[in-house]
Amino acid sequence: MIQIINTGVANIRSLQAAFDRLGQPWNLTEDPEQIASAHLAVLPGVGAFAAAVESIDRLGIRQIMVDRLKDPGTKTLCICLGMQLLGEASEEAPEAAGLGVVPRVITRFQDEVQVPQLGWNQVNPQSEGIFEAGEAYFANSYRLLEPPQGWGYAETDYGGKFVSSIWRGGTLACQFHPELSGQWGQTLLQNWIRWEQ
Amino acid sequence: MLKSRIIPCLDVNDGRVVKGVKFQNLRDAGDPVELSIHYEQQGADELVILDVTATRQERIAMLETVENVRKRLGIPLTVGGGIGAIEDASRLLNAGADKVSINSAAVRNPELIDEMSARFGAQCTVVAIDAKMTDGIFQVLTRSGTNAEQLDAVQWAVEAQQRGAGEILLTSFDRDGTRSGYDLPMLSAVTKQCTLPVIASGGADSVAHMVEAFEHGAHAVLAASIFHDGNTTVEVVKKELAEQGIEVRKTGQVRCLE
Repeated sequence: MIQIINTGVANIRSLQAAFDRLGQPWNLTEDPEQIASAHLAVLPGVGAFAAAVESIDRLGIRQIMVDRLKDPGTKTLCICLGMQLLGEASEEAPEAAGLGVVPRVITRFQDEVQVPQLGWNQVNPQSEGIFEAGEAYFANSYRLLEPPQGWGYAETDYGGKFVSSIWRGGTLACQFHPELSGQWGQTLLQNWIRWEQ
Repeated sequence: MLKSRIIPCLDVNDGRVVKGVKFQNLRDAGDPVELSIHYEQQGADELVILDVTATRQERIAMLETVENVRKRLGIPLTVGGGIGAIEDASRLLNAGADKVSINSAAVRNPELIDEMSARFGAQCTVVAIDAKMTDGIFQVLTRSGTNAEQLDAVQWAVEAQQRGAGEILLTSFDRDGTRSGYDLPMLSAVTKQCTLPVIASGGADSVAHMVEAFEHGAHAVLAASIFHDGNTTVEVVKKELAEQGIEVRKTGQVRCLE
């Protein structure tokens, strides 16, 4: 059973539909115990950084998430804002504390490009990972600029290179939406479910 | 950088896809779920479903259509038509839409754009503008083109951006269903002033028309008749666009992990 963490505002129908198509049972949860013990969990993300941080603290799962993300024995998929939450903070809401698993601050795209980035862009893995280069659907205004040490990562170019995915142990974080990225995204989700370190 | 997008559009009336000329004379063009899947397989980058019905009962049927399409669709889905209030948008998102497009209601109450953007995010808030050339300006039309507003489409697009829209769906009433090409002057006028991604709509009949639209600032092109009638496929269109130097998303086989 995949536990999808309900941070409130996120529209997660597409994600649920993608797991249904893969024949993978899922459950939408706010229960700290379920989140702590799940083998597979997803931190989806649509919405605002501050609201998501508030939701994590309201559910009382901050430490549980940090522990999960450091435990190679469990698998956690963080999508879009879910990836940004791994950082220490975001320019979007400087006073809100991220999970801090990645010692970086999430920054806004430069003004030379249209913000939000809305559409399909190329994702190029720079390390051994679980997906091949391909095109993914993005909808974001903020991004991780530099890859953290000790993580595998993929790059994408939008007015300069940024980090579009990172992975370490059982954690895979994607700035793009695999559930909206056609066959390539569906394959990525399937690979994540099958992924054994 | 971002790929130029091809977006088939399904006008849906009471659970069936229809297509008219200048918003009139609707004729049947198939099942929305089957067509959606068909277009995704051909390489469509997104899908737009527009509810062209008027009655409340048919609106409920629309939610079911969105749910059924969502179950099988693995690309972004925008739904528009008849959205009067934020609750309508919320229901469509819960049914499985990724983005919601608002039109007449936003003209009546521009605050709706701010509300939607604040609640669901700019990435989810599409403002659809129908317009036609009248006395030297691109005049905004509402209620499926029946109501002429004292509003300039270019200014309206700029205002929509300031209020938090994430995307503009720009339809030329003059060109809709006529197969005479996109309204390039209108597209240029809007994309010069408004820096949001603009989806060009109305009038597509060929790859050449799409190339022109991209050259005039469109980020995406919407097309209906050209695909529904089976004269060409999304796959063929994307191949030809690529040959003409337009960067499109490649679709092909993806390898699974062993």
